[in-house]
Amino acid sequence: MIAADVLERVLAGAVSTGGDFAEIYAEDKRSTSAGLDDGRVEQVSSGRDRGAGIRVVAGETTGFAYTSDLSEPGLAAAASAAAAAASRGGGGVRTVPLSASAPHRPNVIEQDPDSVAKAAKVELLERMNDAARSFGPEIVQVSAGYGDSWKKVLVANTDGVLADDEVVRTLLRISAVADGDSGMQTGYQSMGHTVGFEIFDTVDVEELAREAARQAITKLRARPAPSGAMPVVIKHGTGGVLFHEACGHGLEADHIQKGASVYAGKVGQRVASPLVTLVDDGTMPGEWGTLGIDDEGHITQRNVLIEDGILTDYMWDYLRARKDGRPQSGNGRRQSYQYLPMVRMTNTFVLDGPDDPDDIIASTPAGVYVAKLGGGSVNTASGDFVFGMTEAYLIENGEITEPLRDGNLIGNGPKVLADIDMLGNDFAMGSPGTCGKDGQGVPVGDGQPTLRVKSLTVGGTA
Amino acid sequence: MSRFESDLQVVADRVVERAGPGEQIEAFVARGGETEVRVYQGDVEHFVSAQSEGIGVRVIRDGRTGFAYAGTLEDAAIAEVLAEARDNVQFGTVDEWAALAEPDGVAVTEQPLWNDDLAAYPTDRKIDLAKQLEKLASGGDPRVRVDDANYADAHGESAVASTTGIRMSGRENGCYVSVSTLADEGEGDDAETQTGFGFSVGRSPDEFDLDRAAREAIDRATRLLGATQPPSRRVTVVLDPYVTAQFIGVISSTLNGEAVVKGRSLFRDRLGETVAASGVTLIDDPTNPLAYTATDVDGEGLAARRNVLIRDGVLQQFVHNSYSARRAGTVSTGNATRGGFAGTPGVGCLALSLEPGTRTQDELIADVDDGLLVQQMQGLHSGVNPISGDFSTGAAGLLISNGTVGAPVREITIASTLQRMLLDIVEIGGDIEWLPMRSAGMSLVIRDVTMSGS
Repeated sequence: MIAADVLERVLAGAVSTGGDFAEIYAEDKRSTSAGLDDGRVEQVSSGRDRGAGIRVVAGETTGFAYTSDLSEPGLAAAASAAAAAASRGGGGVRTVPLSASAPHRPNVIEQDPDSVAKAAKVELLERMNDAARSFGPEIVQVSAGYGDSWKKVLVANTDGVLADDEVVRTLLRISAVADGDSGMQTGYQSMGHTVGFEIFDTVDVEELAREAARQAITKLRARPAPSGAMPVVIKHGTGGVLFHEACGHGLEADHIQKGASVYAGKVGQRVASPLVTLVDDGTMPGEWGTLGIDDEGHITQRNVLIEDGILTDYMWDYLRARKDGRPQSGNGRRQSYQYLPMVRMTNTFVLDGPDDPDDIIASTPAGVYVAKLGGGSVNTASGDFVFGMTEAYLIENGEITEPLRDGNLIGNGPKVLADIDMLGNDFAMGSPGTCGKDGQGVPVGDGQPTLRVKSLTVGGTA
Repeated sequence: MSRFESDLQVVADRVVERAGPGEQIEAFVARGGETEVRVYQGDVEHFVSAQSEGIGVRVIRDGRTGFAYAGTLEDAAIAEVLAEARDNVQFGTVDEWAALAEPDGVAVTEQPLWNDDLAAYPTDRKIDLAKQLEKLASGGDPRVRVDDANYADAHGESAVASTTGIRMSGRENGCYVSVSTLADEGEGDDAETQTGFGFSVGRSPDEFDLDRAAREAIDRATRLLGATQPPSRRVTVVLDPYVTAQFIGVISSTLNGEAVVKGRSLFRDRLGETVAASGVTLIDDPTNPLAYTATDVDGEGLAARRNVLIRDGVLQQFVHNSYSARRAGTVSTGNATRGGFAGTPGVGCLALSLEPGTRTQDELIADVDDGLLVQQMQGLHSGVNPISGDFSTGAAGLLISNGTVGAPVREITIASTLQRMLLDIVEIGGDIEWLPMRSAGMSLVIRDVTMSGS
């Protein structure tokens, strides 16, 4: 994308006014998307984004500028804009010898989506539309989306780092609306992986569509969700968002360093039930949050955050690690070249526990079974978090009974982690997610076995 | 946007000139810039200065639509975008209603959305504003720390042209300061931290009220200290103006013409019927210059206009862009929305407001026996289903008993359905606030809402 000698000259220029660190992050991205709604392929869309973000750090101050002009003069102009914001005088001539790191490519791409005919992508949507609509006469509306992207990333900095990555993403989503005497209900399914179009050799897209339709139709006979604190069982592969919100964000080192997390100062202490081992792993082949390098050029890795309930470490990016004088953990990420990197999760999940998932339900006399969670959000300082349930059932006498209407659950992170009293042995990764923080969205994965929280507040009306 | 003859118009015109016979083309070209300063403990933590530009092209032929965009305005890239959009046309399904907007003769209400003073405002004074706000917010209460203090401004310029005769360009700029606060109380296992925020927005920094932004950030963080989880029950809620604005934002998606024609609105068959309590009037008026999201024109280049959606509880109309209007057998209400050059126009309300009542929040609270003053909602995106109407969000605030506010509560949800909440509105406050959102805020009283706690 950019020659090494150009990178070296631009970096040297960036620190010539006193900055102590400079970095170029460049990306070239092509994307294709297609949307089907109301029985029609509304449009196929193609996008091209290319540019570089340059940051210069002087002490505690970071200057940042970006440009869509990847020529040497374009990069130099952005570098001087970034340097102007972070200069302390002094500086001078400094050479920046870059040494390329060996490529780290956890994902294997067999069929580049760019080489696949657009007609084949559109056909997936039509198949899903047909499958959802023929699942039952109650289905009155279907919308489906396809997206793929190819992104080449290049990172170079004045520490000599020169690393690149190529990330391919393939995504499908479907939502179905069912209509009945009680009004309309919705079902939603999605799948996304950091692999090529070969994923559709193994994924049954019709099954995905039928699942969304089944969910919507099931909810037509749903009763209002209960109101108040009660045991909640969460199905495997759907509740990773619970950990993402209940503790993931609170373990990001930027919140920790500013004392804006309930988990600050707690390394080595018990923060969760002894059943819980929490991992953030950016190397899992094919998963939505997987990368070869993070967006600061650091090779991704597997980080154990909580082990048997004891807090072992936080997640780190370049600046936060530098401040604490410790290594980065591969968690420096950004939405695009137009944004500064910060500490973010990759794939965050809880490892298997000892329990048979059927036993977990059978040993719950009364409560709620959540078969699918929606999004969530957290206040890292207080630990209070919410997440939505989009498919849930009552548990009565150890059995799953009636379906429930949508609602939110609310809890406090540290309290809920301590309250996990049963953990299944049926680990599964969940659906692709987009995590929002400080105005930036990045793709993340999550996963967990079936589990039970002794007490969570269910926000229904009954 | 305020109308302004931009050089981008030429770029858009040139693309449209390339249309062949039987081909409709729309080009949307945009350019923008931003400055963002974040201050922490008296130092600049980061300073971002950036420019970006791009183009999106929509092609319609024989009822099929294709789209492409690029984040650059280089000639070669523009040619590639047009070629890609044309290529994409063949994969669309024929849609008899697919067509670009046509000029409808509605006069534009000029809006003053550009300020030369902001464009010339010196950088070091922007940094000083953020530093000043940090100081004000951290000096007001010994329990309060500042997480970050920010200054940001942005300017944008765009042009749209089409083979159907749309030709419109404009620009706008604006700025804000904001501060996030943390309030601490207790030690060891009893230690507790709550958060707050405050902001001030303007077309120029002269319009900022830093003292008020700091005071609100301090109040929001400290008022929840010591909050507990109350027992579940049904209560009357009084929503703070900021929370009301969020609630109205959710309601607006049910009045979206696209959702209506595709059968996704729970009000789709209810035109002319009572959907809200008498006394509830909801207006979308982007021609009101007080609205933060006021604009001359909508995302398709048609004049923005005032639309009464609900009058005295009765549903009057939905909002439409040209496509949803054509399908519904009506005309565009000037409600095309566009997120930027990377997408095609959608439909949405532009600047909503309930018609305000007359009484203050204190007067409204005085009439409530058992209630909750909701100062914060969390999880609107996850717990509200605008298609089924199910409504359930996290909340925090102060209990109300016998007309006076009492102890703070948190870790609760409030739940009902959108349909019922509109009918259960008891009173609308007179304390209207124009917020940096698509909806204005004022206090709002709704009865019979389930509060879930312990």
